[in-house]
Amino acid sequence: MDHTASAGGSANAGPRRGIAGRLHAFLLRPEASVIVVAVVLVIYFQFANANFLTDANLQTVSQFIAAPVIIACGEIMLLICREIDLSVGQVFALAPFVMERAAHAGAPVVLAIVAALAVCALIGFVIGLITIRLKVPSFITTLGMLFLITGVTLTISRGFPADTPGGPLLTNIMGNWGYAEIVWALGVVLVMHIVLRDTRWGLHTIATGGNVIAAAEAGININRIRMGNFILTSTLGGFAGLLEAFRIGSTDPLAGGSNIMFLGVASGVIGGTAIAGGAGTIVGGLVGGIVLGVLQDGFTLQGINAFTFDIIIGAAILLAMVANIHLARLRGAGQA
Amino acid sequence: MSTTAMSAGTEALRAEGIVKTFGRITALNGVSMHVARGEMLGILGDNGAGKSTLMKILTGYHQPTSGQVFVNGAPVDLGSVDQARAFGIECVYQDLALVNGLSIYHNLFLNREILRRGPFRLLDHRTMRRRAQAALEDIGVTVASVDLEVGALSGGQRQAIAVARAVASNARILLLDEPLAAMGAREAGLIIDLIERLKARGDIAIVMIAHNYAQTLEICDRVMLMQHGEVTYESHAAETSPAELLEIVRREYRAARAG
Ligand SMILES: Nc1ncnc2c1ncn2[C@@H]1O[C@H](COP(=O)(O)OP(=O)(O)O)[C@@H](O)[C@H]1O
Ligand SMILES: [Mg+2]
Repeated sequence: MDHTASAGGSANAGPRRGIAGRLHAFLLRPEASVIVVAVVLVIYFQFANANFLTDANLQTVSQFIAAPVIIACGEIMLLICREIDLSVGQVFALAPFVMERAAHAGAPVVLAIVAALAVCALIGFVIGLITIRLKVPSFITTLGMLFLITGVTLTISRGFPADTPGGPLLTNIMGNWGYAEIVWALGVVLVMHIVLRDTRWGLHTIATGGNVIAAAEAGININRIRMGNFILTSTLGGFAGLLEAFRIGSTDPLAGGSNIMFLGVASGVIGGTAIAGGAGTIVGGLVGGIVLGVLQDGFTLQGINAFTFDIIIGAAILLAMVANIHLARLRGAGQA
Repeated sequence: MSTTAMSAGTEALRAEGIVKTFGRITALNGVSMHVARGEMLGILGDNGAGKSTLMKILTGYHQPTSGQVFVNGAPVDLGSVDQARAFGIECVYQDLALVNGLSIYHNLFLNREILRRGPFRLLDHRTMRRRAQAALEDIGVTVASVDLEVGALSGGQRQAIAVARAVASNARILLLDEPLAAMGAREAGLIIDLIERLKARGDIAIVMIAHNYAQTLEICDRVMLMQHGEVTYESHAAETSPAELLEIVRREYRAARAG
């Protein structure tokens, strides 16, 4: 009997060797086109403005990139298992206040940070509970949470910013040093890349989004997977918010918000994460975040005004989403 | 488990008085069945008869409303897919339960992944690839690469992968839900070939749901007819014919309409 599979064009197909083969394989990867775009953008902005690749500007770019990328790592996991968290930007604003209140009440700063992250994890747990047990789509659950958390943040902050607690060393490590945020972001990317690619959790997340019935029939506890990824995303959102607060040196009740959430989701989708679930890469989310950050910074250096900038970013995201959907079709994925 | 219990002909799986309701729908209304090691039972019946639901109770996917399942003669509680697997029960579901976006080898090892040693319990892709290749060769299925996404395969190949997955995990009791559905004659031939070779090993009990009477009578030892959640007829394959089965189905329908 002979069941020879002859499906050409798959990303991993065939034992092609050599530089041409590798290049071919690379270009078929979902995130490849975005990496090319990122490189082209950096070259363009360096030529257009010699200040682009300077230490000061690289710090600025890295700060544009870090928070959305950390958030993207969570949203990518959620998108892959066909969920989304719209409230992560509000958790981003809430976390620093929880920390500040805890420190104010006498907790050591490190403990206050842990407490803040625990509160974020709890929010993720509640989102999961409502979505899974009460069968409310996560789009709706987190839309509700978005308003609810904003209210909580404004209540405990009374609408005012506050200084972040802690000594200079901790403050530097947690975001005040120019590259601290991006180093944390790259750390999160590395860990999440391994989680998605090389652990059962990652594989089961893909299976849950790719074919939920098949995943359940294989004995995967799909609700546990979804719950875990909600908790993960909220916690990462809170962590990004803490880094941002330490960088600036103060908490801000209006930090983050839907803007940072959309940048995170857009980073993932630009990087090739399927909106319909079942596929995506963390590296793609990193590159997507870099593209958005470089665009934002590059146009600022060029002196393009904020309105024009929004038009360009909007068009870029639309373009990337269209490419995402159609490239997926070309690659033969998403045909279930 | 004693060696005598392993020999062909001894009862492998039995279900008695299985009832399953989904809300107001009674999918199974007191179904009993049994199959022995080395034996192949065919289940026939129209869509909605409850065949798939019976399978899903035998795999621990659904819990019966009432009734009892026995493995090797002992009553068991199949509370989850994992528990059923521990008894060597494997199923090829009607929908194949494959994830299109994942590679062949990831699908073959879905939820029983091989992990590397070490504290991080990372996936051992290399060993899974190698074993997937071997498992497919073992049952005579060749693919260009086990790295191919399952979505890129033909219907017959996907079916073969699903069967290979069940077999590779050391199935003692193999449940096949319409393995020949939506398949061309050539591909169906390949799968029948594969099933017959498994049967020839003599140590596996096989239950197959099918639609084609003649085909089922040809490859199965015994057949069972299911209608509206009940078993309406049971026979050795050699002692019945497609014509007789058809006549029974008709009679049942007339009775159902009159009643
Ligand atoms: N998960 C479920 N929820 C509700 N009803 C179901 C479910 N699964 C099966 N049924 C119903 O049970 C009956 C038997 O279905 P099924 O076992 O799939 O039949 P078959 O496999 O013989 O075609 C049908 O009426 C079907 O609609
Ligand atoms: Mg069925």
